[in-house]
Amino acid sequence: MADQANETPGRAPLAADGNGGVAAAAAREMKPPGYFEGESMTRRHLFGGGVLALGGVATAAAALPAIGFALGPLFEEEAQAWQDVGPPSEFSQDNYIPRTVTLSSNVGDAGKSTIYVREGNPIFKGERGGEYVAVSTRCAHLGCPVRWIEASERFVCPCHGGVYDFQGLVVYGPPVRPLDRFNTRVQGGQVQIGSRYSVNSKLKAFSTRDPGEKLDGLWQYLWPKRPTVPSP
Amino acid sequence: MAVPVAEATDGSFAVMARLPKLPLPGTRRKPEWPPNGDNGAGDGKGNGQVSLKDQAMEAQAGIVGWVDERTGASGFLRGFLYRKVPKGTNWFYTLGSATMFAFLSQAITGVFLAMYYEPSASGAYDSVQHITNDVFLGNLVRGMHRWGATVMVVLVFLHMGRTFFFGAYKYPRELNWVIGVVLLVLTMLMAFSGYLLPFDQRSFWATVVGVNLNSTGPLVGPYLADFLRAGPEFGATTLSRFYAIHMLLVPGLIAAMIGAHIYLVTKLGTTAPPWLKAQLKEPTEKERV
Repeated sequence: MADQANETPGRAPLAADGNGGVAAAAAREMKPPGYFEGESMTRRHLFGGGVLALGGVATAAAALPAIGFALGPLFEEEAQAWQDVGPPSEFSQDNYIPRTVTLSSNVGDAGKSTIYVREGNPIFKGERGGEYVAVSTRCAHLGCPVRWIEASERFVCPCHGGVYDFQGLVVYGPPVRPLDRFNTRVQGGQVQIGSRYSVNSKLKAFSTRDPGEKLDGLWQYLWPKRPTVPSP
Repeated sequence: MAVPVAEATDGSFAVMARLPKLPLPGTRRKPEWPPNGDNGAGDGKGNGQVSLKDQAMEAQAGIVGWVDERTGASGFLRGFLYRKVPKGTNWFYTLGSATMFAFLSQAITGVFLAMYYEPSASGAYDSVQHITNDVFLGNLVRGMHRWGATVMVVLVFLHMGRTFFFGAYKYPRELNWVIGVVLLVLTMLMAFSGYLLPFDQRSFWATVVGVNLNSTGPLVGPYLADFLRAGPEFGATTLSRFYAIHMLLVPGLIAAMIGAHIYLVTKLGTTAPPWLKAQLKEPTEKERV
């Protein structure tokens, strides 16, 4: 039996000759190359599987750290330090004052952004004098920088024509939610700007979402909170 | 010894034997040494000197034969370069090769641009200005890379259109269509990641918008955008991340995919244009009477 196997090592005949059952049965009895009498197929399988497992371990040892290295920033929360933007006397209740804040350091001007700051106005629900509203210039459509047009009391986006009202609520165009805002506080005689948060059309606060992500009704669950941003 | 490896096997290469020889010097008989007087040039001099030209030819043939004997490359190359193409093959069939050469041009110019480019937020713009204005032929090489990118995208779509309208995506070539779609996506990823690198106002804001477009994908979009930016805001490592994606990750994938694409083209052959009718076999004697 072993001699027979050694004559045609590893070649299983094709079962296409009409009496395929016989040929297939012969193929099943065929021993693999290198077979020796007394060898158990369990042993062969064990070694075959062992080699595969070792290869998998070696691949994982190289690939997993690399993937973790690339994906690490997805799980690090970026804390935003409080930044001074000027004393409370500089801001009024019925107009915005532009200020520049640093959103990410070590990238020069690319990490800076304009924001618009005003004092809370009691004619709007939920706003009080002595508190401050800081509106992001990042358009809620695709992130172009919007500009405050004082004469029409509107924020206008140059890219795709998004228009927002005094509170940052969408008036016209493609944006899917109001303009983002920043946490504010008054400390040491300075108005301070904290981390960003997003709002839905009822001005309810959510953790920061990227532009283009809706936050009303069930839509909020389609673009979940990310680990990189703090809670509002 | 002189028989190519591919022909020495069991006869399944009978087709290959009818294909033309490569335009390379084949393995040749080793010259007798010391020379017996016939230098092979037929000049009848018989002065025992082998001419310099013949020596050069001999050496060339010797090198090619040496490599071929150890690799069997000639059999592969003959099948690869002299494969049969259907009747009606025309200039539209060159769009795929054109796309590949556009990619090779991008690879070459890109490697040399990388010698002067500095992938940092503070230095990128200045280094690109330096390439454009100061480096010898810098404007040309950058221009080749910049316009070549557009050419490659256009060629990819033309090649895809040819494949579609000629019906060349049908059985058994569906898998090659799928690989082609992967190549299309990778090419667009190259265009997207390369656009940021000059780091001027246009490329910065275009990339901001592009990343935000990615973030609008449901469920995975926000995480994809965080991956591209390396964080929630466009930060210090975003540019180097784009640079690594642009010059290491995606080109490697594209090269591998092109290899698979061309392997399947060689394996399956090309299709005849759809306006050619299939030629019927000559009727046999039996059918004729």
